[in-house]
Amino acid sequence: MVLTSYINKEIDFNEENKQLLEEVISHGLSLGADFVEIFLENTDNISVLVEEDCITSVSPSFGKGAGIRIFKDKRDGFVSTNDLSRKGLISSITQAIEMLDINSTTLKRFQGLENIRNYSIDKNTWLESIPTVNEIGEKLLSSTKFLKKEEKVNVRKGSYARNWQKVIIASSDGTFAKDIRLHQTVGLNVIALDKQYRSSGSRRFGSSDSPNEFKNWNHEEAANDVLESSMNMLYADYVDACQKPVVLANKFGGVIFHEACGHLLETTQIERGTTPFANKLNKKIAHEAVTAVDEGISPGSFGSLSVDDEGMEPEKSVLIKEGVLKKFISDRAGEMRTGHKRTGSGRRQNYSFAAASRMRNTFIAKGNYSKDELINSINDGLYCKSMGGGSVGATGQFNFAVEEGYLIKNGKLTKPVKGATLIGEATEVMPKISMCGNDLELAPGFCGSISGSVNVTVGQPHIKVDSITIGGR
Amino acid sequence: MDLRDITNFISNSAESLNIKKWDFGASFSNDFSVQVDKGIAKQLKASQKQVLTLRVWNDNNLVGITTTSDLSENGLKKALYQANLASDYGNKNELTDFSPLAKDPIEKIKVAKRSPVGIKKLLEALRIAENKLLNKHSAIKTIPYNGLSESFFKRVYANSEGAQRSYEKSQAAIYLYARAEENNRKPRSSGSVKIGYGLEDLDINSCIEEAAEKTISHLNYSAIETGKYKICFSPESFLTLINAFSSMFNARSIIDGVSISNKESIGEMIANPSLNVFDDGLHEKNISSAPFDGEGTPTKKLCLINQGRLENFIHSESTARIFKTKPTGHAGLGSKVSVSTDWIVVERSAEVISQDNDLNHKDYLGKYIYIEELNAIHAGVKASQGSFSLPFDGWLYERGKKISIEAATVAGDFKTLLKEILSIEKKQYLTTSGISPHIWVKELSITGDA
Repeated sequence: MVLTSYINKEIDFNEENKQLLEEVISHGLSLGADFVEIFLENTDNISVLVEEDCITSVSPSFGKGAGIRIFKDKRDGFVSTNDLSRKGLISSITQAIEMLDINSTTLKRFQGLENIRNYSIDKNTWLESIPTVNEIGEKLLSSTKFLKKEEKVNVRKGSYARNWQKVIIASSDGTFAKDIRLHQTVGLNVIALDKQYRSSGSRRFGSSDSPNEFKNWNHEEAANDVLESSMNMLYADYVDACQKPVVLANKFGGVIFHEACGHLLETTQIERGTTPFANKLNKKIAHEAVTAVDEGISPGSFGSLSVDDEGMEPEKSVLIKEGVLKKFISDRAGEMRTGHKRTGSGRRQNYSFAAASRMRNTFIAKGNYSKDELINSINDGLYCKSMGGGSVGATGQFNFAVEEGYLIKNGKLTKPVKGATLIGEATEVMPKISMCGNDLELAPGFCGSISGSVNVTVGQPHIKVDSITIGGR
Repeated sequence: MDLRDITNFISNSAESLNIKKWDFGASFSNDFSVQVDKGIAKQLKASQKQVLTLRVWNDNNLVGITTTSDLSENGLKKALYQANLASDYGNKNELTDFSPLAKDPIEKIKVAKRSPVGIKKLLEALRIAENKLLNKHSAIKTIPYNGLSESFFKRVYANSEGAQRSYEKSQAAIYLYARAEENNRKPRSSGSVKIGYGLEDLDINSCIEEAAEKTISHLNYSAIETGKYKICFSPESFLTLINAFSSMFNARSIIDGVSISNKESIGEMIANPSLNVFDDGLHEKNISSAPFDGEGTPTKKLCLINQGRLENFIHSESTARIFKTKPTGHAGLGSKVSVSTDWIVVERSAEVISQDNDLNHKDYLGKYIYIEELNAIHAGVKASQGSFSLPFDGWLYERGKKISIEAATVAGDFKTLLKEILSIEKKQYLTTSGISPHIWVKELSITGDA
């Protein structure tokens, strides 16, 4: 543990370390593993919090670690450690072998690592070119000052987080890749208060691999948006529980597709037997109005990546085409255990998690309708302008909080309502998405699942669901 | 690993950077876990983790912080350097200090530290447990979420004024979530979690029985009508709810304006007088008990609600100073120090005034909804507004018969709920997050699917 790194030379993240990594992989194979993968990570993060008119927290953090995974047949063992010395890595892979109780005489051949695919070449200066704490603080302070213009706003917060990650991925099939990832998020939160009335509003913005994105962030537009939302909801009545048609707004409205359907298309769910779509490939699972995509290639999008955490370049996967299931989201273990080809979706929060099949930028493709046409088509329904969090149970039931909702009467938006929860099941709701708007937009978010919290974007145009259960009072 | 070594190294390095005041908290852990799929080892995991959070005070008494997993000499030096830089941005409006209790004696707690049994034994135990659960009922086809783990960890705190604390513990946990399906009806899923100091302390058979009973009992379900219903919360569900609204006891949240309480709330009648609530991190049944918090303050039992009256808030050093009281042992360690509850104990007070105070879920024949487990807390609770709208697993009871509820949400206002408690049963139940009896509430809004 502490101070031991001076006994053994450690991994140097500025070097390729090829010889050492080959030695560790060879050691694993010599002990009987079918496959060995090493994921090395070096991080440099910071978060800044501004409350009211003061910087109240600046929290830097940094670290390093290794995640070593071995496969034997379809079983896998995973060991993570902070000890990046030769001794530490050899010890970890030996532990992984022992865990799987491998006693094999048939040894896999290892022909060495390929030439490194270095995705980090143009990224080495990012840490120097991203905003300084002074610049971040000033912009956040301007934002919270701007939020003051509404006197009923009682709590004003602005936050920024930067995650810089350098990774090296090496595995026994010769994969050898190096990358630098940069994610920045900025958010505004308010609580408005008037006597017994309270409302809250929040917005988050995020980017990947775009060092200057924060500098370009339009904080006044963001502040206006969050103020408008919180003030509209301050005196809103609670919604009545009912079943009605709903229109879900674009951008973060896509969180429902992400949670209710997207997760069920990850091969980890097939492995567990928890997706109703396991045997539905090339079958209709949604309304023909629905085409859905998961990809990791949109420049700057929060879920984009140059290479996934298993060393594969991401691809664009059309999951559902005109209502028909076309593809699952797959990683190495998923391909091995379910037969679905990898899609460059092997992702993990950090070195302490084994990669798993995870979404990246996931969205419903745009249709032909305007937002007004969707709303005009409803006599009595709910417009969900802003969605909160949600969850999906092991049987596919989902529920989502509506942060900002408006009743639809005779094709028009009427009064704001609060306390609504959308409840349903993917298999029942997907066929009821009957209209898609032409205003597709993406929104950043964090997705927590088997391999930790990863950056994603969700997205959709405005969509209409013909009927859904709305929880209320 | 020696706390003294790290402390000496940080002390010497701080001196060379002219840093006179500092403290740190660190944890070191070794974790092992297994998952199975119909007897086959799914994923076996081991991890060795270390993390240290370091605070330094500059000449203007402003605090800077850095967290790192790199505990090499270079790593620790870099952490000191970065924390020193960060102190330029320390909060001028709310100064932070060492806890005045960081050197007070800490209460000796029952520590049953077990030795690692190893992955093979964990795997064997989980295979047996999975097999037993699968054989409980023909409708149970898979146990999609399962795991057995053991952890061994050490936590330390030290500061430049000589405070030094550490403790070591072991902990094991098993969870089994079964999925059952029959007669082409919708699948149902439920489960159970048990924790102990080590594998030998885990009540695995109870975990299997509970997971099977909960899952199977929900197979025959019906949709219910939307409306207002009398409610009985299970101990687990009431603890879930009170933890979700624990910002009402949290001085940090009150200062930040995100609590439904305010500085003047102490002494207010906020609940039915028959309700007592304590935070008791050192309770003998709390497997996760810690003798001190992130700032080195000793953990202690604290009364939060006494006969319906708000009695105390939980504090860090800085919130305690603002409220002119003492820290309560509930702080984390951060640039902005967080405050959180440890282990909630709910009980019926001596002051029982409810006319319906003899309600008992085992023999009540009226119509009510029993809420077994609340879900999606992160999405459905608005702690700063006091409202909730949450999906739940539960039953509709009428004339002693129970029907599993297909899919429903319960919604309400937490302050109103506390005041509309009808009855608190006498018998308390131990859960993984605290202790509570069954709690009856006059009525709450239920959205059903009928």
